[in-house]
Amino acid sequence: MTVNALYPDYQGKVRDAESNFHGGRLLYVAWNRHLMFTNPFAYLVQPDMKFGDFVKTVMAPSFETHPDWAKIDWTKVTWHRKGESFAPDCSKTLKENGLAHKAAIQFSTPGLDGIGGLGI
Amino acid sequence: MSTTKKLGLREKYRLMTRGLGWETTYQPMDKVFPYQSFEGIKIHDWDKWEDPFRLTMDAYWKYQAEKDRKLYAILDAFNQHNGHLNISDARYVNSIKLFLQGITLSEYNAHRGFVHLGRQFRGVGPRVASQMQALDEIRHAQTQIHALSHYNKYFSGFHGFQGMYDRLWYLSVPKSYFEDALTAGPFEFLTAISFSFEYVLTNLIFMPFMSGAAYNGDMATVTFGFSAQSDEARHMTMGLEVIKFMAEQDPDNIPIIQRWMDKWFWRGYRMLVLVAMMMDYMLPKKVMSWSEAWEMYFEQAGGALFEDLARYGFRMPKYADVSVKEKDRYSHEAWAALYHYGAAAGLHTWIPTSEEMEWMAEKYPNSFEQFYKPRLDYWDEQQKAGKRMYCASLPQLCQVCQIPAWFTEPDDPTQLCHRETEYKGETYHFCSDGCCDIFKGEPEKYIQARLPTHQIYQGNCGGASIEEVLKWSGIEVGHDNLDYLGSDDQKNWERWKHQTAVEKKIA
Repeated sequence: MTVNALYPDYQGKVRDAESNFHGGRLLYVAWNRHLMFTNPFAYLVQPDMKFGDFVKTVMAPSFETHPDWAKIDWTKVTWHRKGESFAPDCSKTLKENGLAHKAAIQFSTPGLDGIGGLGI
Repeated sequence: MSTTKKLGLREKYRLMTRGLGWETTYQPMDKVFPYQSFEGIKIHDWDKWEDPFRLTMDAYWKYQAEKDRKLYAILDAFNQHNGHLNISDARYVNSIKLFLQGITLSEYNAHRGFVHLGRQFRGVGPRVASQMQALDEIRHAQTQIHALSHYNKYFSGFHGFQGMYDRLWYLSVPKSYFEDALTAGPFEFLTAISFSFEYVLTNLIFMPFMSGAAYNGDMATVTFGFSAQSDEARHMTMGLEVIKFMAEQDPDNIPIIQRWMDKWFWRGYRMLVLVAMMMDYMLPKKVMSWSEAWEMYFEQAGGALFEDLARYGFRMPKYADVSVKEKDRYSHEAWAALYHYGAAAGLHTWIPTSEEMEWMAEKYPNSFEQFYKPRLDYWDEQQKAGKRMYCASLPQLCQVCQIPAWFTEPDDPTQLCHRETEYKGETYHFCSDGCCDIFKGEPEKYIQARLPTHQIYQGNCGGASIEEVLKWSGIEVGHDNLDYLGSDDQKNWERWKHQTAVEKKIA
C-alpha cells in the first residue's frame, strides 16, 4: 500500500519535481568531519554548470568561512555519493557528471580534520 | 413535601448520550460515517468504549469557567505588576517565543482534528470525548495567546506567531507533524495525538516548559500550565483508553496500531528535539537535562507502559533504541544548528555562559566536552573577534520530519546520518531510518511534503534573498533574529533592571 486513503488509486503530486525549479535542479553537499556546518546544504544549480565552477562559485561562499577551506589540496579530495566513491570531472558539467535532480554528494579532505582535529 | 433527587454524574452522562447513537434510515450508516473503515480498524461494539470521566457538558462548563476565572485574575495581576520584570533573565523569553510560535497553533490544529472526530466517529462515547477535547484544545490555544500577550508589549518575536507558523521555515516541523495527523484517518489521528503524543510524550513538553517557567519566574506561563493540567490528565487517560478499546475489539487491529505507534513515536520524538534544545540551552535556570528527562519519562515510564501493553501483543516502538543512543547529543546538535542559522530565526540565539557549560559538562560527561564545547568555544572566539557565525546556505531537509539533516549516525556522533530512497524515479532524503521507514510506508503522501528550502528555491516565499524570505515569514529583520548579545531584548532588559535597582535604592 502506498498510501492509506479514503478512495482507491489515490495519487499524490510530486511537489519537488525538477520541472518546478524553473530550469534549475537541486544538489546537496556535505563536508565530512566539518560539523561547524551542522547539516548538508541544498543548492539550486544549473545542470550545464561545470563541476569546477560549482566548487569555486557555489560551494566556496558557503564553506570558506572554515579555516580548513583555504588549505584544501583538491587533488586529494575524495567524493562520495550513495555510500560509494564518486569521481567528478571538474571540466564537465554537473549533468555530464551524472548529478541528476536531488543528488546528494559528500566530500572528504584527508589531513584536514576540522578545528583542533575534532571533526568540527 | 416532595424533593427532586439530584442526578448523579453517571446518571447525567447516561441521559446526555441517550439516543445519540441511533441507526440512520434515510442514508446507510456507512455513508453517514464515511471514515470508519478505510484504515482497516474493525470495531464490533462501540458500546464497549468506556469513557473514564463521564463528564457532562454542564459539569465541563462549570469546571472550565472556574479555571478561566482564576487564570485571568492572575494574568491581570501579572500584567498590572509588570510580571515580566521578575523573570530570571531576558534570554528566558526565547523559550516562550518558541512555545508561542511552535506549540500554540499546534494546539489549534489538535482542536481541528478533534472537531472532525467529534462528528465522524460512529460511537457516541468517543464522539462526546472528542468534542470535549476539541474545546480543551482551542481553549489552550486561546489561553496561551492571552498569557503571552503581555510579553509582546516588551519583547521581540511575539508579534506574528500566526504567520510564522505557516511560513517560518523551521516551524514546518510542528506544522507538518499535525498536518500529517489531520490528513490521516480518525483512528490513526487518535493513535498519533491521544496516545503517542498525549500519553507517551506530553510530559516531555509540559514538564520542561511549565517547570521551566516556574524556575525562571514566569508566573503567566505557570498559571496557564496549571489551568491546562487537569485537561491534560483527561487527554492522557483517553489516549490509553483508545488503544485498549481498539486492541480489544479485534486482533486484526493490533499490527495496524503497532505500525502507527512506531510512526508516531518517531515523529513525536523528532519534534521534541526543539524541546530538548530549549531545556538544555534556553532556560537560564535549568530544570533537568534532556538526557535525564528522556530517561525518566520515556525509558522508565514509557518502558513500563509498553510492558503493560505487551499483553495485547504490542512491543516498544521501533527505533526507541536510537532515541536512547541520541540522548547525549540531541539538544547539542539542535542548538548548534539554530545558533548557526541565527540570522534566519524568529528568536535569539547565543553561546552559553561558562557556568552553563559547566552544568552541561556535568550532565553530559560522555559527550559535551568531547564534541560540543569545542565548537561553541570556537564560535565564541569568532564572535568576540567580530565574526559571529551566521550561515547563509539553505539546509537540506528531511522529507518526513522536515528538520535540517543535522542528526548524526546512531553509532558515530561525528558522522552526519543520511538515508535516501527512490520512488517513481524521484529521489528522497531522510535524517534517519525512522523517517525513511515512515516515507516507505506511505510514499504517495510524503512526496507532497512542502519543504521550506525547496519552496524558497521554487520562488514561492517572497523573493530570492534571505531578507525577503524572512520578511515574508513574518520576521522583523534585525529585531526578532540574530544573537541575543546586542539585541533590543538585551538592551531593554538591562535598562529596566538598572531602573528597578535605582528605584529600590531610593525607596
